[in-house]
Amino acid sequence: MSDALTSLDRPNSYIGRSVPRPNAKRLLAGRGRYITDLVLPRMLHVAFMRSPYAHARIVSIDNSTAKAMPGVRLIATGADLAKVCKPWVGTLDHFKGMKSTPQLPLPLDKAVWAGQAVVAVVADSRALAEDAAEAVVVEYEELPAVIDIDAARTPETTVISPELGDNVCFHGKIDTGNIDELFAGAAHVVEEEFHFGRHTAVTMEPRAIVADFDPNEMRLTAHHATQTPYQFQDIYSRHFGIPEANVRVIAPDIGGSFGMKLHVYHEDMAAVALSIVLGRPVKYVADRIESFVSDIHARDHRVRARMALDTEGTIIGMDVDDVTAVGPFSAYPRTSVVEGNQVFRLIGTPYRFQNYRADLQVVFQNKVQMSQYRAVGHPIAFAVTERMVDMAAAATGMDPVEMRRRNLIPDDAYPCAAPTGYKFEALSHHACLTRLCEIMDYDRLRAEQAELRKRGIYRGIGIASFVEISNPGPAFYGVGGARISSQDGAVITITPSGDVRCAISVTELGQGTETIVGQIVGEHLGVDRERIKVITGDTETTPHGGAVWACRGAGIGGETALRAARKLKENVISLAGSILQEQPDKLDMHGGWIVDSDTGRQRVELAEIARIAYFRSDTLPPGTQAQLTVAHHYAPQGYPFAFTNGIQASHVEVDVETGFVKILKHWVVEDCGRVINPLLVDEQMRGGVVQGLGAAFFEECLYSDTGQLINGSLADYLVPMAVEMPDIEIAHVETPTADTELGAKGCGEAGTAASPAAALNAVNDALAPFDASIAQLPMTPARILKALGRI
Amino acid sequence: MKARAFSYARPNTIAEALDLFAAADEDATYIAGGQSLVPTLALRLQAPQTLIDIAHISELRGIALDGGWLRIGALTRHCETLADPLIAQHAPLFHDAAPYVAHPAIRNKGTLGGSIALADPASEFPAMALAMGAELEIVGRDGARRVPADDYFIDLFQTAIEPGELLTAIHVPIVRPTHRWAFDELARRRGDYAIVGCGILADMQSTRIEDIRIVFFGVGNTPVRATTAEQCLIGKQLDQAVVHVTQAALADDLAPPDDEHTPAAMRVHLARVLLGRLLGRIAGAT
Amino acid sequence: MSEQITIHLTVNGEDVSQNAPARETLADFLRTRLQLTGTHMGCEMGVCGACLVLVDGRVVHSCLMFAAQASGSVVETIEGLSERAAIADIQEAFHQRNALQCGFCTPGMLMTAQALLSQPGVPSRDEIRDALSGNYCRCTGYEAIVDAIESVARARAATANGRQVEEVAG
Ligand SMILES: Cc1cc2nc3c(=O)[nH]c(=O)nc-3n(C[C@H](O)[C@H](O)[C@H](O)COP(=O)(O)OP(=O)(O)OC[C@H]3O[C@@H](n4cnc5c(N)ncnc54)[C@H](O)[C@@H]3O)c2cc1C
Ligand code: FES
Ligand code: FES
Repeated sequence: MSDALTSLDRPNSYIGRSVPRPNAKRLLAGRGRYITDLVLPRMLHVAFMRSPYAHARIVSIDNSTAKAMPGVRLIATGADLAKVCKPWVGTLDHFKGMKSTPQLPLPLDKAVWAGQAVVAVVADSRALAEDAAEAVVVEYEELPAVIDIDAARTPETTVISPELGDNVCFHGKIDTGNIDELFAGAAHVVEEEFHFGRHTAVTMEPRAIVADFDPNEMRLTAHHATQTPYQFQDIYSRHFGIPEANVRVIAPDIGGSFGMKLHVYHEDMAAVALSIVLGRPVKYVADRIESFVSDIHARDHRVRARMALDTEGTIIGMDVDDVTAVGPFSAYPRTSVVEGNQVFRLIGTPYRFQNYRADLQVVFQNKVQMSQYRAVGHPIAFAVTERMVDMAAAATGMDPVEMRRRNLIPDDAYPCAAPTGYKFEALSHHACLTRLCEIMDYDRLRAEQAELRKRGIYRGIGIASFVEISNPGPAFYGVGGARISSQDGAVITITPSGDVRCAISVTELGQGTETIVGQIVGEHLGVDRERIKVITGDTETTPHGGAVWACRGAGIGGETALRAARKLKENVISLAGSILQEQPDKLDMHGGWIVDSDTGRQRVELAEIARIAYFRSDTLPPGTQAQLTVAHHYAPQGYPFAFTNGIQASHVEVDVETGFVKILKHWVVEDCGRVINPLLVDEQMRGGVVQGLGAAFFEECLYSDTGQLINGSLADYLVPMAVEMPDIEIAHVETPTADTELGAKGCGEAGTAASPAAALNAVNDALAPFDASIAQLPMTPARILKALGRI
Repeated sequence: MKARAFSYARPNTIAEALDLFAAADEDATYIAGGQSLVPTLALRLQAPQTLIDIAHISELRGIALDGGWLRIGALTRHCETLADPLIAQHAPLFHDAAPYVAHPAIRNKGTLGGSIALADPASEFPAMALAMGAELEIVGRDGARRVPADDYFIDLFQTAIEPGELLTAIHVPIVRPTHRWAFDELARRRGDYAIVGCGILADMQSTRIEDIRIVFFGVGNTPVRATTAEQCLIGKQLDQAVVHVTQAALADDLAPPDDEHTPAAMRVHLARVLLGRLLGRIAGAT
Repeated sequence: MSEQITIHLTVNGEDVSQNAPARETLADFLRTRLQLTGTHMGCEMGVCGACLVLVDGRVVHSCLMFAAQASGSVVETIEGLSERAAIADIQEAFHQRNALQCGFCTPGMLMTAQALLSQPGVPSRDEIRDALSGNYCRCTGYEAIVDAIESVARARAATANGRQVEEVAG
């Protein structure tokens, strides 16, 4: 038989297909509606006077000149806003012993990082607010700033928050036992000290909020550029004392988030507080300079690691010490410990070894807060692991691919667990490695590398395996006491014309949530995609849910949509059965019709069923009540997370005279389970890879000794741009999770998770002939030249 | 990031512009393409009472040969500098440097005069003006004068232009058949200001260097002529040994700023690498 | 001379006359006074490219220009190009190739693409990347954008060649 029909040939088979995003057309026409675009009647604008010092006592604030300036409506200090906002504390119970201080929108007596908002000025326009903010006079008494991560923990150093006793936020340990003995007896030990530069999200659209409080009804509407509207509904309700049902959070089009827009920021809370005080809409849009000093930063880590091997080149254990400095307090509500926690639990996880010891210290310092940003912890964990694996390969004289073949967890060894406690359902490291070597033509590249070296051209090939946490259950935040949902909800309706509306709690950030939900609902209801409207991003019109973070949109949101659609289909078919006088199990839905399930013969249009249900219920058999709307909630059960896996490779050329690196090409083979839309998955990968390459080569928040961010503008902080970024080839291996019917896992963070690791290995591979090595990101020309001993 | 309030004036002649400046009690700033000025106003690093928009003064436009010189009007936009055939032929270092200046949209608006008036030490055009031995035409209420580039760059963002004066044109001595030239720079990303850049104009008698001007940018408070290095080359054949000596001599010419992230030693090292590469190109072209 | 001035412009084919503070950038003027919010702002200092518009036919940053400077000029924004279908093929290629995610950089990308594709010849991938050197995108990693522009360049060249062949034949 030739050309058997595949499942993709059936009508409405959308799952697995590359379909473009319907909602993208609006954005292409310049008709996106971002918070930055929003104007409300009587809306005011806020600007902030910010602390020039990293650590200072606020002695006095003089508003007298500013108050009298044109267009100024209100000037507020910490004490003013404390009257309407309850403080928040960024701790979670499952991080035993972690501590942090209560935070308010504006500080009462102390500024703890350079750039912290100290005084708010509300005026008729942003320009007028800035004019007046400049005229506010604040007298400070500068205090010693805690900047260095080692200094932060020495007894003679200033304690940023004396009430906490010291500058340590959290101390974590993992120890499977007898590590010292294991290393003492190892055939080979490799070790390295890694430094990771603090970097930040730099979403294209900065943070933005329009807070609109109506005192008559005690209602707050927050138009908020966030990926987690439900979390903010809860926070605004509790911290401003407004009943939850009266708080509406609307997140329309958002110009990028990457985890950065799900944290609580002082300015955003201030905007809400100011709207409450004024009874008028207040808009706050961070300008880019403010973004750099107030958006969360991430990845400021120093990791010392050792790896032990036996004579065969088998990895037998790792020993790791991670110190991370997270700013002056822990972020809310997700804390600043999660990143470090993921670093020290993810290290080594693609590999078989079971002996592991790790120490994690999370310390406070006078820089802006750090917290979750795309691929939380993964880039660090895999840069450390994969560099060590390459060093181990070199120490044992093995090719890096061979080293991985020997040590990656075999594809038939699942289910299994990592020594750090993570449980794996089914991964495909070896299948991915094999596929990677094919698509990159590994052997040819190695031959070419050897040839070019003879001519003084130094290319490097770097490989990095990874796992990625996706589909998190309540173990992630819920058990720690955070009111962050791990379930999602969908309300799905057949409209009177036979169209479909699906209101769902996962949100759209351009990654394509609405598209894949439409694909899933279309496939399971047998309805054309064009007739499905997916509604997201508004707490008033969609059910409560976790929304999107930790790559849960497709896996959990998709499963929610699938089950809701299936439930609705049962209702439709049972109704159609009564109308057609047919057994429901003989009926199915396709192409907007009720059809005979075995022959596919069209029986009645869905629109006709809807017409009868809504307008001619009198013609239905007695006792039949049409239910063309269903609500369904789904929370993941089974594994606490659905791990995905994959492997990446980077090909670079290092100019050894200048230290400049040209990134020639990048490859990814990834396994995110069921691929719902390859086009969207591939672009998540590419975007993610480039975000990681930015970290590998360009991005770093540079601070002076006094805690001033010295490159806090988009001209000075180097983001990856088109010319320097490579083409990226992508291939897939599909190992669906059995925990859900859909079988999908996340894919949004995989690119970022391991591209820095691949790049680090590639550069070191290029430097190998010079006996030079580098263990610091970003790999700037200065650092490469230093590694080469040229400067 | 909103500029402080100012008033706006748009003169049509040089004379009018100079008068407006005087009338504003010197609390005024000229704006040409605005590609450097607007961000400094938005950041409130500068806040004049009056902004005098010189972009509509036709006397500041035009590119024309004038004896042995090419006169380039101050308002010549970077995209014109890149595309103009007279500049490509007679003032080739401007042409060669132009693609490295910022990005296409900025080149559509930024002007040669603005760049040279501002004299950012990391900028390409001011350095190339020095490398080509250009003369800068400056007009004030007391009249016009021409200042050789060697005397024009005084210190960081400080030039021979006095407050209220306008840079009206750049005069470049046209290159002769015996001239060879080369330009390159090392910037982290395309269009970024360079860490180090260099332009060379050499007068060659077959393979012997008769005269040479070597100018670096990104290495100090102004574009820097590497006079010690030049001396190592004049009268010499360009061979490996001479190049090495010249590279070593740069230590006497350059004293770049030093910071942890871009150490002075790195800039000097990169300047040497660039110099070697550019001299190689010049040698290759003879 | 005053801090408030009257600005006369043609924007997307319509005559506009508005009072505005002299300090208002063209970007703010277009976005707040004319509600042309398709022009975005990501940095207000010329480094992200989200605010690109056409002024007298040339692509420039509307954040690096005061509206006062543009008085007397002809301005076109993404809304104008879109509505007169001048970039329909580029928009379609971006859509099919998924060359946008959040869409915030997209109007600027389209402006750059249109400027590049208005020049003769089919640009190489490197030339396309070079043209995009001032356009930041955090979401896509750029490749899809390069692909989309490349496909339009090819298609436009093919149409132009087809026309030439027809002319020769006719
Ligand atoms: C993102 C970005 C990247 C850039 N990258 C580079 C780069 O790589 N290399 C580079 O060289 N430049 C770069 N630039 C700057 C750009 O080249 C500017 O156009 C140029 O420096 C100034 O020209 P302008 O006409 O825009 O001057 P303006 O910004 O209008 O003016 C600059 C200064 O010069 C004064 N001025 C202007 N014209 C005159 C005149 N005729 N007489 C007297 N004074 C005058 C003004 O008063 C002002 O103080 C970049 C700019 C941006 C925004
Ligand atoms: S806003 Fe104009 S370039 Fe970024
Ligand atoms: S699509 Fe989001 S910044 Fe480009």
